[in-house]
Amino acid sequence: MENLEALHENNKMDARVRKNSIWKSIFFLSTLFGLVVLVVLIARVLFQGVSWIDLDFITARLSTNADRAGIMGAILGTVWVMLVVIPVTLIIGVGSAIYLELYSKKGIIRSFIEMNISNLAGVPSIVYGLLGLTVFVRLMDFGNVVLAGGLTLALLVLPILIVSAQEALRAVPGHLSEASYGMGATKWQTIRRIILPAAIPSILTGSILSLSRAIGETAPLTVLGIPALLIPFPGGLFDTFTALPMQIYYWTIDASLVAEYANLAAATIIVLLLILFILNSVAIIIRNKFQQRY
Amino acid sequence: MSMATDNKVQIEVSNNHTTTENNTTQKRVVYDTKNLNLWYSENHALKDINLEMKENEVTAIIGPSGCGKSTYIKTLNRMVELVPGVSTTGSIAYKGNNILDKAMNVEDLRTRVGMVFQKPNPFPKSIYENVAYGPKIHGIKKKALLDDIVEKSLRGAAIWDEVKDRLNENAYGLSGGQQQRICIARCLAIEPDVILMDEPTSALDPISTLKIEELIKELKQKYTIIIVTHNMQQAARISDRTVFMLNGEVVEFSETDQLFSNPKDKRTEDYITGRFG
Repeated sequence: MENLEALHENNKMDARVRKNSIWKSIFFLSTLFGLVVLVVLIARVLFQGVSWIDLDFITARLSTNADRAGIMGAILGTVWVMLVVIPVTLIIGVGSAIYLELYSKKGIIRSFIEMNISNLAGVPSIVYGLLGLTVFVRLMDFGNVVLAGGLTLALLVLPILIVSAQEALRAVPGHLSEASYGMGATKWQTIRRIILPAAIPSILTGSILSLSRAIGETAPLTVLGIPALLIPFPGGLFDTFTALPMQIYYWTIDASLVAEYANLAAATIIVLLLILFILNSVAIIIRNKFQQRY
Repeated sequence: MSMATDNKVQIEVSNNHTTTENNTTQKRVVYDTKNLNLWYSENHALKDINLEMKENEVTAIIGPSGCGKSTYIKTLNRMVELVPGVSTTGSIAYKGNNILDKAMNVEDLRTRVGMVFQKPNPFPKSIYENVAYGPKIHGIKKKALLDDIVEKSLRGAAIWDEVKDRLNENAYGLSGGQQQRICIARCLAIEPDVILMDEPTSALDPISTLKIEELIKELKQKYTIIIVTHNMQQAARISDRTVFMLNGEVVEFSETDQLFSNPKDKRTEDYITGRFG
């Protein structure tokens, strides 16, 4: 009985409630911090760049003259690079994920491979730039062209894609594949007709998110030696190119020479953000549209 | 494609053959299990199982959770191999061929031995596509033939009247009991000889359970049925023979009437009278 009295009388209820509110405020402030930074960043960029965006800016060629400079070349460069990155990462990434998740036996070798893929996902992107420079630009002698840039970025996002595709495959309920095996379907028939269709929405979401990462990457491209000022538009895999993040990078550096370049950089950031925003929306739409109930 | 049709012809021929035989002579043994032992890694899950299961009969396997009844039924179509680290000794002869033999083609075995699972597990596809899945993976592409198979299988599973107007709707829109009958129809569509059922009614309400039980009684005219059940009354209602398993061993195997009215083993008696399990 003494214990019970202690429970009701000496329970420091006020102090506990106060402690709860303090922790709640701390967590709220952490969230607020991120939000404020984001808003300041976007507001500043918009303020600086939005008046520079018009049809001419989007469609014109690059120029040293800030008033005449346009980013069509960089947009096309980004598109061409993506045309390399998308098929390479999807085929190799989904293929590896299927092998690791569905064919390979659980064991030391598989865990070793998976651990290394996760580690690769954390390697700084500039290291991939060095790899690309050594292998694609010099060893294979492509030069700093679309193909070399695309393959380098593909390598960069592959580990992320493999991990997310593996998770997507793992999320397909086992009772569905059991039903298929139970009717005498082979592994490939089960993968092709049951597991892949169920996993494709999450695989696509994962790929689009990793592709957005590839679009925004700058560091590996600087290492590859992507030119600062490139007037002609790229038209093929073996053309030299520049990409949107590269353009932002060079204009920001050169803003000390020509003040308007800072505004051009801000305008380009807005365009890049818009592209990323559209890509992410597509990912969400795909996910919502094809999501299945089990 | 030709392989699949050949198999079907063979199966039909052998079915006809034995139905005529049934009237005069004894039923054929479909599954002959001899000294079967099974381990999940170190865990000895099945111990010296010896069982004979006969065609066109319903054999029920009962026993408390963890007694190995599900493991055993999954060994009969080698689905148990989907669990990593499984090893077996002994033999299971299916119509004379040892299915535990490495040379046995599991895909072929599983087209002759269908399975219905504990939880209704239709594919997230239309009712039609669910039932047509089996025939399609075995190479049947003609629309007219598929239509026939789908209708015949849905009728066989006593659900045709309920779904004939909405074959193109997703099977997930059906109730649990209907879904389970779709799964039975899906299984009938590959024209198996044997249907394995792993607690097919444990996730269903009493009325759906009753429907499935009636269906099982009908299906045994054409198929050999082996059913694992947690429900002793169910075993008593629908089966011809009953196996009682405990801790990975077969304690008693006899005619259902005899096992429930006059069990030979003390442990069987304790279990069926509700003293444990």
